[in-house]
Amino acid sequence: MTLHDPAMSPDLPPAVEGWFTARGWSVHPHQRQMLELARAPCQLLIAPTGGGKTMAGFLPTLRELADGTHEGLHTLYVSPLKALAADIKRNLTAPVEEMGLPIRIEDRTGDTSSHTKRRQRADPPHILLTTPESLALLISYPDAGRMFAGLERVIVDEVHALAESKRGDQLMLALARLSKLAPGLRRVGLSATVEDPAAIARILARNPDPCTILEADPGPDPDIGMLVTEEPPPWSGGGGKYAIPAVLEEVKKHKTTLIFHNTRAQAELFFHHLWLINEDQLPIGIHHGALAREQREKVEAAMVAGELKAIVCTGSLDLGIDWGDVDLVIQVGAPKNVKRLVQRIGRANHRYNAPSKALIVPANRFELIECTAALDAVRARTLDGDTDHAGPLDVLCQHILICACAGPFAADDLFAEIRSAGAYTDLDRATFDRCLDFCATGGYALRAYDQWQRLIRRPDGMWTLRDPRRATRIRMNIGTIVDADKMAVRYQKTRGGTPLGEVEEYFASMLRKGDTFLIGGKIVRYEGMRDMVVEVSRTPYLKPKIATFMGTKFATSTQLSDRILAMFRQDDWPNLPAHTRDWLHLQRRVSRLPERDRLLVESFPHDGREHVVAYGFAGRNAQQTLGLLITKRMEEMGLNPMGFVSTDYATLIWGLDPPGDPTLLFSRDNLIEVMEDWLADNAVMKRTFKASAIIAGLIDRAMPGAARKTGRQATFSTDILYDTLRKYDPDHVMLDITRQEAMRGLVDFGRIEEMLDRVGDRIDHMRLTRVTPLAAPLFLEPGRIPIAGLADQRLMEEEATRLLLTAGLVK
Amino acid sequence: MNGHAFTFAGHSLTALPSGALYWADERLLCVSDLHLGKSDRIARREGRLLPPYETRATLDRLASDITATGPKTVICLGDSFDDLAAAEAMEESARDDLARLMAGRHWVWIEGNHDPGPVDLGGTHRADLTLQDITFRHIANPGKTHEVSGHYHPKARITARGRSLSRRCVLVDGARIILPAYGTYTGGLYCDRPELSALMQDPARAILLPGPDRAPLPIPMPR
Repeated sequence: MTLHDPAMSPDLPPAVEGWFTARGWSVHPHQRQMLELARAPCQLLIAPTGGGKTMAGFLPTLRELADGTHEGLHTLYVSPLKALAADIKRNLTAPVEEMGLPIRIEDRTGDTSSHTKRRQRADPPHILLTTPESLALLISYPDAGRMFAGLERVIVDEVHALAESKRGDQLMLALARLSKLAPGLRRVGLSATVEDPAAIARILARNPDPCTILEADPGPDPDIGMLVTEEPPPWSGGGGKYAIPAVLEEVKKHKTTLIFHNTRAQAELFFHHLWLINEDQLPIGIHHGALAREQREKVEAAMVAGELKAIVCTGSLDLGIDWGDVDLVIQVGAPKNVKRLVQRIGRANHRYNAPSKALIVPANRFELIECTAALDAVRARTLDGDTDHAGPLDVLCQHILICACAGPFAADDLFAEIRSAGAYTDLDRATFDRCLDFCATGGYALRAYDQWQRLIRRPDGMWTLRDPRRATRIRMNIGTIVDADKMAVRYQKTRGGTPLGEVEEYFASMLRKGDTFLIGGKIVRYEGMRDMVVEVSRTPYLKPKIATFMGTKFATSTQLSDRILAMFRQDDWPNLPAHTRDWLHLQRRVSRLPERDRLLVESFPHDGREHVVAYGFAGRNAQQTLGLLITKRMEEMGLNPMGFVSTDYATLIWGLDPPGDPTLLFSRDNLIEVMEDWLADNAVMKRTFKASAIIAGLIDRAMPGAARKTGRQATFSTDILYDTLRKYDPDHVMLDITRQEAMRGLVDFGRIEEMLDRVGDRIDHMRLTRVTPLAAPLFLEPGRIPIAGLADQRLMEEEATRLLLTAGLVK
Repeated sequence: MNGHAFTFAGHSLTALPSGALYWADERLLCVSDLHLGKSDRIARREGRLLPPYETRATLDRLASDITATGPKTVICLGDSFDDLAAAEAMEESARDDLARLMAGRHWVWIEGNHDPGPVDLGGTHRADLTLQDITFRHIANPGKTHEVSGHYHPKARITARGRSLSRRCVLVDGARIILPAYGTYTGGLYCDRPELSALMQDPARAILLPGPDRAPLPIPMPR
């Protein structure tokens, strides 16, 4: 290894070595390697959960600080969760004290008091534990240079989770800044098992620094299987309710079980039904991101104290917090993404070198196939890798503003600095200049703000804030997480006003007095809205009237879709249960099974309507977009579509007329043309615009409670800004950013294009007389989207004629 | 023109899809709360640089209402400018557009809380104006009847097939009409808020404005 520095021996100071020996522990091989390579500019450690990953990251720091000569900040630790930062503080402070090392360790997150924060800037600790947002805030202060001048190492924990998100992009831009403030700064990334470590290394390292990748022994294969139930899974649905008795049996057999769900709504429903049959009153809790913090903390405390047999949860428990003695993970519903599955299973087990145990529960018949494919992928150790992406420009705009808060900068320097961040290596100067202009003047074709520019260029060429007081406002808007507008839910004041959690504003707007819904495992009755809080009361009803509220819907990964399509090519499926096997054989007999390089389109009449099914296997978001595009095209062709529904693998469209030749409908040029028109005036675009506009600093984040209490909308809808820009400044950079973001986010047009490219003109249209086996579950799928088009008009006219005939008014 | 015609104090009036009110017998067009120059004021006071096109968008809409109705008199019912400095800062092309709209007709600026003083853009500046028996003022006066006002930016919410839709609206009862904000960058106040509920007596109506070129829809005023 060329980077091995003979001056850095793998040995530890006696105090540290002694601490290990006294406990009968030895330093893991990968921890030794990290010590040997401690001088490398960038290291990425891939290790399973429980592999002493964090200690491996910190050991070089402990060694370098052991003699007590370093002044000021030495190591910065960044984790995606503030809870994780607090956790690491505890787990690191204890051994450091036991070793008797002269090291000060502090954390700094949104929860830290402003007094402590001020003190930390004046007198930083040796090791500071923080989050990407808190770090972005730190580099925005003019004294950042002094604070970080002596910084030696930065450790990014759970870098795999950050690498795919805008939070990661923001962090890497902050690291680019740190590398400038502290030349010689060494970067360390700690990651769970990933498919493509090199992709993460590229994002982590300062371009063009090399990054050494260390892969620790991944440990034994996880013990993972499918939960077999006597009853076959239902044809559709996502809740896994049928499996509750079997799940409860497993909970009884194990010490502590985590029961993961893909959405909050499903977790709520499952938890509710589980308690209805929990006759032994086993202590089982629920945990998800929409619950009030008080509620979550109660569950977390009970969990740490070992008081719970099981927790029904969502991704809010996904990152590496030490939950004690979990010996079983149950995943309800297909995992959609193999990597997420493996990482969840890792949670089950914080003991190194012992296999973790997990069970998957397919929620419906198709998911049984999906779960089988996912299990094959886990056994083959192939994970999904979609990490490479160009750095988003809204995050870049925010970073430019952050840098301006810290002090004057030269555009050339900042451009070079930004290009040293992996995701922005390919950024071209013209794009950077557009973003800078946007930050400075708004970037409008109409130069209206000469007088009020946010940034101005001084005579010496340096860019600076025109009005330094604006820094406060910019700092208040730092961050890249933009939640849908949420409203707090609590019991009515007369009943104590206990907070229960939050729901999306959209969901709240649909509620009417007396509606009942589930939150925190309780059924509550909607009473009204007061000061932007949803007030509810307890209700004796057992069945919630409105079953769900919105939650994240993950799309099946490309890799998993490909595995399913590969399975379809087999002659037989001996490892599938008989009912599912028969189902696939029947589909092959009456129609055909979808193939990877072809697009299967079925059409058939059913129940007085014409139906078209396209099996694109492009994931839920892309199939949804496909449904919108195809129905728009059908409307133009006079085919009277009435609605559609999408899953991860197919879109079902119904309407009054058969589709004719579907190759016309699905032709690539055709769809891209429709896409352009459709995109412009679409709710998804408006939602994306709002999120990007907040990140880029065009509009402010809504401050909780601010301005809205009076009910007077001092602010107006961001949709108006979007419409105005489209009309009067269609080439504005914010519209380009919105389009880019939508294409790879909710619209996911990239996957449609990829599918169309792969398929070419190989479209197989099967005209059938009735519903096919593979299409049947689609009829039960929730989330049907009606098309308000000409079909309505024709139906009304037909019905009117029928009524007139029946009444004998027309012959 | 897709207006909604109704009778108020014995006069026949029309609510236009844009939120303007037209009085055909007087050939009078009335618009309220234009808030011209809002983006300029926000930039000046908060440092946010919103798309600076709302003045143009608002004047474009006003121009098409004027073309469609050919009014003799135009009343801007107050808060025509987001503040007086915004009126002064109006760019040259917007001033020209406005001058073209004002040419050849009687143009009245009623003063509002945002624009209490006169502006140097021509037209007449007044606290209020009475024509026949109808008074035009910025803020409703609870003790008076036969009045047309603005100020509150009323909007209403209806729920249809599980969808909640919110739109600007004109409020009408026997005593008064409250017009919605006409300006592009304006929000609204739900008409079930106490301020508006207290002003309007049943049977009050809310005339919803579904969008450009869509006929306004009267409903009982939600309370």
